[in-house]
Amino acid sequence: MSLRSPLGEALGRGPAHDGVHHWIVQRVTAVALAVLTVWFVLSLVQLPLADHARVSAWIAEGSHPVCIALLVITATWHSRLGVQVVIEDYVHGRHSKVVLLIVNVFAHVLVAAIALLAVLRLVLRSFG
Amino acid sequence: MANFRLPANSRIRRDGKVFKAPAGAKKVRTFRIYRFDPDSAENPRLDTYEVDMGSCGPMVLDALIKIKNEVDSTLTFRRSCREGICGSCAMNIDGLNTLACTRACDDISGDVAIYPLPHMPVVKDLVPDLTQFYAQYASIKPWLQTHTPAPADGERLQSKADQEKIDRPSACILCACCSTSCPSYWWNSDRYLGPAALLAAYRWIIDSRDEATGERLDALEDPFKLYRCHTIMNCTEACPKDLNPAKAIAEIKKLLAERKN
Repeated sequence: MSLRSPLGEALGRGPAHDGVHHWIVQRVTAVALAVLTVWFVLSLVQLPLADHARVSAWIAEGSHPVCIALLVITATWHSRLGVQVVIEDYVHGRHSKVVLLIVNVFAHVLVAAIALLAVLRLVLRSFG
Repeated sequence: MANFRLPANSRIRRDGKVFKAPAGAKKVRTFRIYRFDPDSAENPRLDTYEVDMGSCGPMVLDALIKIKNEVDSTLTFRRSCREGICGSCAMNIDGLNTLACTRACDDISGDVAIYPLPHMPVVKDLVPDLTQFYAQYASIKPWLQTHTPAPADGERLQSKADQEKIDRPSACILCACCSTSCPSYWWNSDRYLGPAALLAAYRWIIDSRDEATGERLDALEDPFKLYRCHTIMNCTEACPKDLNPAKAIAEIKKLLAERKN
């Protein structure tokens, strides 16, 4: 049982002067994702998904790699912010929270890097 | 991790006492009420009370008072004004946080289940410990802060339009129904201020007479104090005064975003 005053507990370590940027980026990426996801799904619906060569060629066509790269970056960025909130909400262990927050960043950067590399390889293959 | 089950010493026993309605009772309602005695080493239990509504007032508080007066004087709960203005009798009735004095028994179908406000330490029976809740309210400095001295010959003036902005938020009675209905408050009440304190903060932020708007926004700019609100809206759903804490919190977030850009 803490002997600290209730007001002292409530004030804690004071405000972190942070959170606004996180909140804004989460909403801006959500708007971008709404547009990019609709484009991506509508495009996929029109493709013969069983035909690997056709889908690979479509990804490398014209502006598609740029849009897919934007989709990958936006989706992983938005997801990183969302998963961070889930960890902050539910994980209260002092060390486990920090470890998970770091793993969260690494995992999302890794996913983004692998996806972007895959798109780049398809583009380069289409030239050669 | 967040607690998804009650601690072992808080789990509710199902072998509570049963108090039958008196012989000759015509309109019997069953109340299942959470009981916890801090002086015993026992876990909480649910007691069952059959009440003759033919000789009882219409509200849940009337039934509780009747039980305490006529059936079981050990039943403990807070109450004062019995007209929805003091907030003392806030409790969880039929699954919803509300005031026992303004909740009609006839609006509830089946047995009436009554628990203390969720996820708060229980002092006894239906009495939660609101120490932290009140401290969080105090932490937002719920009073007028100015640098300009008050006029020597009168009050600080405010236009009718500006007064109307604070009219509704000022109607909060601090019953804690909103904060204790919020899952974010359940998981992080040690750092998240909760809807009631944030509604109060908003009331002072938009007060045209207050000169500490910047400091008030500074004090809330925090991932936990403010941004644990995920717009779940339980607070607005629960408020027995029909206030909208969720909207107030959203407005604070908008003010902070506008200030940054």
